Amino acid sequence: MHRDHLDPADLIGLTQDRSGPLRVGVGGPVGSGKTALVAALCRALADELSVVVVTNDIYTTEDADFLRHNGVLADDRIRAVRTGCCPHTAIRDDITANLDEVEDLERRHDPDLVLVESGGDNLTATFSYGLIDRQIFVVDVAGGDKVPRKGGPGVTRSDLLVINKIDLADRVGADLDVMRRDSATQRGDLPTVLISLRAPDGVRPVVDWVRAGLHAHTH
Amino acid sequence: MTTHQIVPAALLTLADGRFPAGGHAHSGGVEVAVADGTVHDVASLYEFLHGRLHTTGLTQAALAAAAADAADPAGLDAHADARHPAAVQRRVSRAQGRAVLRAGRAAWPAPVLEALAVGCPDGPHHAVALGAVAAAAELSPGHAALAITYGTVTGPASAALRLLGLDPYGVHGVIARLGEDCERVAAQAAACICEPWADLPAATGPLSDLAAIRHEHWEVRLFAS
Repeated sequence: MHRDHLDPADLIGLTQDRSGPLRVGVGGPVGSGKTALVAALCRALADELSVVVVTNDIYTTEDADFLRHNGVLADDRIRAVRTGCCPHTAIRDDITANLDEVEDLERRHDPDLVLVESGGDNLTATFSYGLIDRQIFVVDVAGGDKVPRKGGPGVTRSDLLVINKIDLADRVGADLDVMRRDSATQRGDLPTVLISLRAPDGVRPVVDWVRAGLHAHTH
Repeated sequence: MTTHQIVPAALLTLADGRFPAGGHAHSGGVEVAVADGTVHDVASLYEFLHGRLHTTGLTQAALAAAAADAADPAGLDAHADARHPAAVQRRVSRAQGRAVLRAGRAAWPAPVLEALAVGCPDGPHHAVALGAVAAAAELSPGHAALAITYGTVTGPASAALRLLGLDPYGVHGVIARLGEDCERVAAQAAACICEPWADLPAATGPLSDLAAIRHEHWEVRLFAS
């Protein structure tokens, strides 16, 4: 095969054309509430939808255990992936281990929704769209109200930015208006929600976003 | 390898640590070796890698070369199984093989790769998949052997760097110094492929086999193997 230039037809098929359940990635820095958000989403949706979860905890199967112990999902609907000290690689540059687990769960359970929770990383760690369809980036007010202004691909490009723990804003001196304004500046038309998972039904704005995503994905 | 020949770019693609075949999550036994204290600095890393290259590395290289040469690489499946004494190693090898095959099918689509996917429904072994992908990329059995020996060195080296915080220049100095060894082992492997497959090299490291079994049962581990 020796040609000066490829025919455009040679590039067909290089982008995965995937039908199947909606896959949502949940990323964000350590301690921002990714696991709590996944648990809350499962609690809110598991009665009406078939949900499976893949977690990428860096150290142990702790995240998966957290979901099990909260009685959110059956054991066989949760998988933990080991990322060899590279949580960002496992969700972006080399998605192999996660794809293996996602596809196996899809074969076994034929779910409506797949949640992939990344290991805690930094503001630059985002998902490859070869692994997921949409991604949520979770930050929290305790990480400082300058986080949205700092930007990075998680803040600027994620499909939904979640600013969590707004109940702590007063205690840590975080200005929610600043965070809201900076997020809007960084993200243009992309949505941002400010929530507290501790509040009753605090996860509702994210549930609504997932439902809208499911509707768009299947219609 | 003659010095004036340009190496095919496909070999660089296949051997590149960024080739998305799941390698970053595997330590090649280094996670246990670090915990045991066997690997603790650049010099002990060199000893570990040197030993691995001439045992497991040779066996893997011979399988990869044979697969690159074979009309039906799936026929090597049982021979590869026999060369992974611990059950966990067989599982890990097949998981990595699936990953190589997935990436390879996207990079160099070929009927031989489709046939391998069908012939090994649980996933082909790593070396078998890599050899078949090398052939699909129009690389030689020797290239396939070199790619896998190089990975035998670079994967664990990278894991040691991450686990111990070793100096990356020192680690790559070790990798560079093992370059000729990689070529020698690959050439030795490529020279074996005419034999019946049962006679392919079967060198292993018994301590590594045992370490892999222990590692699987650790409560806390950062690497899949």
